[in-house]
Amino acid sequence: MSIPGSWYLVVAALLFGLGAFGVLTRRNVIVMFMSVELMLNAVNLTFVTYARMLNDVGGQVAVFFVLVVAAAEVVVGLGIIVAIFRHRATVTVDDISSLKG
Amino acid sequence: MIATVISVPQLIVFIVSVVIIAIGGVGLLSARYPVHAALFLVMTLFGVAVLFIEEGAEFLAAVQVVVYAGAVVVLFLFVIMLLGVDREEITSFAGDTVRVALAGVGVALILAELFIVATGAWVTGAHAVAGKLSAGSNIGVLARSVFTTYLLPFELTAALLVIAVVGAVILSRRMSGVAQPRAHESREV
Repeated sequence: MSIPGSWYLVVAALLFGLGAFGVLTRRNVIVMFMSVELMLNAVNLTFVTYARMLNDVGGQVAVFFVLVVAAAEVVVGLGIIVAIFRHRATVTVDDISSLKG
Repeated sequence: MIATVISVPQLIVFIVSVVIIAIGGVGLLSARYPVHAALFLVMTLFGVAVLFIEEGAEFLAAVQVVVYAGAVVVLFLFVIMLLGVDREEITSFAGDTVRVALAGVGVALILAELFIVATGAWVTGAHAVAGKLSAGSNIGVLARSVFTTYLLPFELTAALLVIAVVGAVILSRRMSGVAQPRAHESREV
């Protein structure tokens, strides 16, 4: 018999918590961005687990679309980071807290 | 006792990949240099890919390795190299205990809620229209669902990717003439 789905869900919850903690505490924008990727992966793991538990392919299709959106998000986000760095020469969030250009 | 219920090889693979995920995640959080954080991210993504395979999502595991551990992390490393490799964070956790404590409390609350949901609740209700996962091979079932039921969202992702590419080009293009004095001005202020 295979491993129960709740174990995977607990692992995904822990991974999500790690990512959330990273987003809240780290100051480097790039590392915060990587923590967001961690959270996205945790949610993907949850989707795949529920797809297996419910015998429904919809969960895996959702993960497919999440992967596409995450790739697009990374491209645009890193473009924004590069643009900010050109203007301010910093990637620390405390230095770019004001919206003024 | 557990070994009698669950097959041993699966249990070993599960435990090893969870350990890899944990090391990668904690390393990502505590790394001083962004390059190390990116490499720890690769480690975590591989661990998740192994869990995908164990759950029967072979195609998604392959995509995870190719797109995430390949393309996305290379993109991260590209930007890190562009901005300077030896750029260390001024502080990672130390010196700001209030913020770290608040973040810890918030994350602990979320985790407690997720544990209750993960171990206690069972999802019931009608099956979705997407189809059964056990109807055939993983790739076949997934492809049939994506190209029939979810055809419109699939087409929309093409538009999304084009928008992302155009947006990235516009964002990272050096603006000629106009932007330079503004950047100089903001530095003086």
